[in-house]
Amino acid sequence: MSKDQQQVIGWTMPELASRVAMDLEDGWFVNLGIGLPTLVADFIPEGREIIFHSENGLLGLGPKPEPGEEDMDLVNAGKEPITLRPGGSYFSQSESFAMIRGGHLDAAVLGAFQVSEYGDLASWKLPNATLGRVGGAMDLTVGSKRVFLFMQHTSNKGEAKIVEECSFPLTAPRCVNRIYTNLAVIDVTDDGLVVRELAPGVTFEYVQECTAAPLKLHASSDMQSEALKVQQ
Amino acid sequence: MIQKKFENAAKAVADIQDGATLLVGGFGGSGLPSYLVAALVEQGAKDLTVVSNNIGAVSDGVAALISNNQVRKIICSFPVGPHADDLIERLKKGTIELEIAPQGTLAERIRAGGAGVPAFYTPTGAHTELGEGKETRLFDGQMHLLEHAIKGDYAFIKAHRADRWGNLVYRKTQRNFNPVMATAAKTTIAEVNEIVEVGEIDPETIVTSSVFVHRLVQAEAQHEGKVLVNE
Repeated sequence: MSKDQQQVIGWTMPELASRVAMDLEDGWFVNLGIGLPTLVADFIPEGREIIFHSENGLLGLGPKPEPGEEDMDLVNAGKEPITLRPGGSYFSQSESFAMIRGGHLDAAVLGAFQVSEYGDLASWKLPNATLGRVGGAMDLTVGSKRVFLFMQHTSNKGEAKIVEECSFPLTAPRCVNRIYTNLAVIDVTDDGLVVRELAPGVTFEYVQECTAAPLKLHASSDMQSEALKVQQ
Repeated sequence: MIQKKFENAAKAVADIQDGATLLVGGFGGSGLPSYLVAALVEQGAKDLTVVSNNIGAVSDGVAALISNNQVRKIICSFPVGPHADDLIERLKKGTIELEIAPQGTLAERIRAGGAGVPAFYTPTGAHTELGEGKETRLFDGQMHLLEHAIKGDYAFIKAHRADRWGNLVYRKTQRNFNPVMATAAKTTIAEVNEIVEVGEIDPETIVTSSVFVHRLVQAEAQHEGKVLVNE
């Protein structure tokens, strides 16, 4: 396999969203960041109640509305129309970030430009850009009990996004717990980056080739992903 | 008798002076007081410091004030969007100053401004570019940044319904920055869809109390994302 094949191998983004959802436990409050992470809202595993938080002031985020049912007063962090699940609520920005910064959210699922082998995250500004777009990312990385990244394994240009040290401006140091990419699920541990699971048809060697930091294989895992059992 | 309703947006914003600090509610177009912004574009006050979360997400938000050269400084968390080109051009020319704040820090600085707290410590932004030059202090071994309160001369906010005294109820995620900004300005102007008589809003549902609201303007229609500046 060569790097230019990466877009067509491994998990699709909706498959990856359902894979992330499998790791969210019954009763968790989980923030979904802008972009790819919002896909996770469509995949709550059967039998679990998971409450999604949107930084703009909402708990109980549901799937996208049917065409014609959009309400521009009901949007997610990416300003896209969404729905509210029963039991959901609205609140102000200061209350929303009290939930985030105050440690009340069990997890945040965020996008990334780069992540280091120590769990440093860079997600808000490209090098030498005139503008950065920090939004709630710095508060979420500091305040959430767990930070999960949802991203393509490499950049559009095929450059590694998982690196020894971030060269882009940091969102927060030492904050990422787990990385979900189209190729693998990788834990950030005191012992370095540990591959817990490989996407169907992807080898450990290929994931290492696409990663600019040393990876280890998790000892007890059979590694190859089972069929995804999460219902849409 | 208390009467906070102004005949129209133009009259409600008429006394805003050059150099004023203005808080503008909304998250993109949701909860954006677009009639008040349009009236200020028409009014023409210059050298404004504008505090608002998103710059450039919609054409009739703060982007319209930037395009009309009324803004000296922006404080925001997300200065990116399809209508951010005029901001980028002015940043390159050096005619506008940009301060990026993490969204939660921005909300809390405004909350502190409205609550009479001059500054506070937060872990958000420590060890990052946005923390450079700020006072720091360790709490439980973790670095925190000293962040200063934000107060406005004026706040433009959007709500769904008001009573004559200025008690406010919002609609869905329209709420966002509006309640906190309402607390932090000398003069808070609320653009609302409907004004009802005192006593008609269930007190248990009031989100912003009338003490924070000084002027009311009835919007003529819902936000439609229309372009207010010649492009």
